Amino acid sequence: MRKPLAGSSIRGGAVAKRAKSEAQAESMLEVRDLAKYFDVSKPWLARMIERAPRQILKAVDGLAFDIKKGQTFSLVGESGCGKSTVAKLVVGLHKPSRGAIRFEGRDVADVRSRADSAALRRRWQMIFQDPYASLNPRWRVRDIIAEPIRVFGLIKSRGEQDEKVAALLRQVGLSPVDGEKYPHEFSGGQRQRISIARALSSNPEFLVCDEPTSALDVSVQAQILNLMKDLQNEFGLTYLFISHNLAVVYHLSDKIGVMYLGRLCEVAGSKELFARPQHPYTRLLLETIPDLEMTGREREPVAGEVPNPINPPSGCAFHPRCPFANDRCRSEIPLPTERAGHTVACHAAEEGRLPDAKFPAPKRPSAS
Amino acid sequence: MSDNPLGVSRPTSLLHRILDSDIFYSFSHSPITVLSAIVTAIFFLAAAFAPWVAPHNPFDPATLDLLDAFTPPAWEEDGSTKFLLGTDDQGRDILSTIIYGSRVSLIVGFSAVLFSVILGVGLGLLAGYLGGWLETIVMRMADVQLTIPAILVALMIDGVARILVPVHLRDELAIYVLILAIGISDWPRYARVTRGAALVERNKEYVSAARVIGVHPIKIMLRHVLPNVLGPVLVLATIGLALAIITEATLSFLGVGVPPTQPSLGTLIRIGNNFLFSGEWWITLFPSIALVILVLAVNLLGDWLRDALNPKLR
Amino acid sequence: MALLEVEDLRVEFPTRRGALLALDGVSLEINEGEVLGVVGESGAGKSLTGAAIIGLLEPPGRVTGGKIRLEGHRIDTLSYEEMRNIRGKKIGAIFQDPLTSLNPLYTIGRQLIETIRVHMDVSPEAARARAIELLGEVGIPAPERRIDSYPHEFSGGMRQRVVISLALCANPRLIIADEPTTALDVSIQAQIIALLKKLCREHKTAVMLITHDMGVIAETADRVAVMYAGRVAEIGPVKRVVKQPKHPYTVGLMGAIPMVGHDVERLTQIEGAMPRLNEIPPGCSFNPRCPKVFDKCRMERPELMPAGRNAEAACWQFDKGGRRG
Repeated sequence: MRKPLAGSSIRGGAVAKRAKSEAQAESMLEVRDLAKYFDVSKPWLARMIERAPRQILKAVDGLAFDIKKGQTFSLVGESGCGKSTVAKLVVGLHKPSRGAIRFEGRDVADVRSRADSAALRRRWQMIFQDPYASLNPRWRVRDIIAEPIRVFGLIKSRGEQDEKVAALLRQVGLSPVDGEKYPHEFSGGQRQRISIARALSSNPEFLVCDEPTSALDVSVQAQILNLMKDLQNEFGLTYLFISHNLAVVYHLSDKIGVMYLGRLCEVAGSKELFARPQHPYTRLLLETIPDLEMTGREREPVAGEVPNPINPPSGCAFHPRCPFANDRCRSEIPLPTERAGHTVACHAAEEGRLPDAKFPAPKRPSAS
Repeated sequence: MSDNPLGVSRPTSLLHRILDSDIFYSFSHSPITVLSAIVTAIFFLAAAFAPWVAPHNPFDPATLDLLDAFTPPAWEEDGSTKFLLGTDDQGRDILSTIIYGSRVSLIVGFSAVLFSVILGVGLGLLAGYLGGWLETIVMRMADVQLTIPAILVALMIDGVARILVPVHLRDELAIYVLILAIGISDWPRYARVTRGAALVERNKEYVSAARVIGVHPIKIMLRHVLPNVLGPVLVLATIGLALAIITEATLSFLGVGVPPTQPSLGTLIRIGNNFLFSGEWWITLFPSIALVILVLAVNLLGDWLRDALNPKLR
Repeated sequence: MALLEVEDLRVEFPTRRGALLALDGVSLEINEGEVLGVVGESGAGKSLTGAAIIGLLEPPGRVTGGKIRLEGHRIDTLSYEEMRNIRGKKIGAIFQDPLTSLNPLYTIGRQLIETIRVHMDVSPEAARARAIELLGEVGIPAPERRIDSYPHEFSGGMRQRVVISLALCANPRLIIADEPTTALDVSIQAQIIALLKKLCREHKTAVMLITHDMGVIAETADRVAVMYAGRVAEIGPVKRVVKQPKHPYTVGLMGAIPMVGHDVERLTQIEGAMPRLNEIPPGCSFNPRCPKVFDKCRMERPELMPAGRNAEAACWQFDKGGRRG
């Protein structure tokens, strides 16, 4: 149900231009109407005794986004918004309850044969959040890194495999002798480097990064973020980046999707999103960014907390915290609509009831 | 030398790593553990090299002399230095029968533990990693079996197996039946521990990383999950060895274990029991002491291992 | 006179390979009503500093040197019993995980009332009234109803509010808040920070805010101490430290933080990692990673020294001739 939007015609030209330049880049990943429901009911017997109904957690509900080749798309949101579930759906750790994931235009669900599936899996890899749980403590680092090589049968000879592992270790800033050691001999940041080396070992084109720096100290985070950018420039990697840290996302992304309780509120280019946030929830999130410029800006903290995702509010899930909510917001789920380069799911934005963003645009905007 | 070098040190030799490890440190600083290890090692070595270690071969009829029967221990009035711990009713040297007996006890105990570890860890791993109806069936079976005392289960299996085995093979197969009976009676403990540990490991990200690249579930179980659940299983197996030896001794004492032709410690105690009230106390007492010392030593080792491998207690 | 003075504090952990020096000569002061941020990366010793001050060091860690004075009186020499009286009455504590600070088996009302009555001689009714008042103050809606709820009936943010009200029970002069917002979502974080700031202003309570998050410090603190490898690297007013950091470590740290509106291709990178306690190099502990290192840094350990207006940093580049005592 897309209604023509006030204001969209004015900026129409710019939008068309932008859309055209975007269309030139090929899509790496397209996600359509993606949903994942979890049955979190109590066991059958307990349910019968307590006469409790089945409980369904809609972790992800009706998500749609595209990731262009060589770009970084980020999903941000608070805990429980479903962003990690999206990452797991994309790499096949969960089966979607509904919807399609298309990798280079090909629906992943259609790939059935083992050989095809392996050919596809080789091309994407995942980097995890917890550097202590993501490496098997009983394996030597060289075996950890070489696992994808072995599984996909990329290099048969042992000597070449060792060379490749040594090259990967050097690539991520470690030394080839480190391959002989076990994960416990490394710090958190070094473990995350090993994780990245493992992910790169099958020469993937697409990396799904689930909060890869959240468990790291800032100085180490900077090292890892720099490494990720270097690798992207060198190999033309495409990233799906999951994070709760807005500044990290701003630093890394080309395009950002903001999630709230399993749905996308707003999708826009990185600079654009931070300069002109549309959805009230995006505005709330931007409001929480700490003021490291020391401008003395007094923030007014937003009231309310994220509701329980098992019993989300009716209509727009954000309405209990939204200052612009009306009866329609309380009853009808807003659908994503295009508006000035943003895809926004908000009745107020659609009806033009939102005041202009009072969030100060980036203080030092880039020349572009 | 530090425990966790920052990635700047060279890999060190295995021996060096073992001597430098926290586990070795905790071992060498616990006198009781060192003593238990020495005692256990003595039992193991004596059992393994029984034909060379034992002063007599108690099962070679040619060397037996009924005139030597009921010789008391060497320090008693009628004792002989030839038979340090005395002899039994057939003139067999008690020390030698103990050495040969612990050999049988240890073989049965070890094999039974191995059997239940393979069964229990295998089922526990499948249940924990795959979940679903398989988990429900395996774990309910384990629950049901745990409500029955292990010794009863072993007795039952032993009884059933004896009926199935032809008469002339009974003595020959008795030891295997015993291993099977004790092994089956003990698997639920391993299954439970393995399942619990596998449930934890299954959700760790290194397993996800293997799943992302499409490693087969069986391979993930064997190569990733299994090595990481073996710690608690090792502790359990050590204490399980002590339990299996006791179960074997109990069964043999009750007369359903190994036959008197190849007696275990339990059989020896039973045989000696007949003479306890006629004054020949040494026939039953010394095998009993041997059993207690062996079980205690293995148990203490197991206790130490549990504490040493538990990061919370360190 | 400062409310809290920490002077040359040393904390050691005995191990089988000799004692590890976890805190090595930490000195800082907190004035009345002031928020002092203590920032550092994991292992820098910031939480240990807090734990040492309230006498809750986890064994086998122990204070082996230095002095801690509260309102001019030594508190590091007090017995466990005396210290327990000080905790709660004079010094309140807020920890990262609100669940560990609350007993799950008792209603929050019972816990609040008990704490109030331990420190103040009041009737149960008066204590309950005070508890409701406190809960209202920390922003719990309908406190007269919520007071009889159990901790699990609250959300994470609300629980942290309850913990803050517990810390405030006896009107302490100082609150030690160790990563109070780390476990919370960003929007809740902002609420808790605003609440802390408001309460300190109203009650004139001083706060020692321990966190790894420079953003939280920038929003909340008046002054900040930057810790590195068990020592204070730099200390000064928060605005100065954030805008013009002096110590090379702080400079690197600030550059490493990605910021909205800063369009940089690469973040400033401090090579390497903080040394482990058993591998702290001689001289300045930062010297192997320091871009401005010179010979003296590898030999002698720098103490905090004036580094321009409003600034103290433990770095030899600010050494104006001659050695200081």
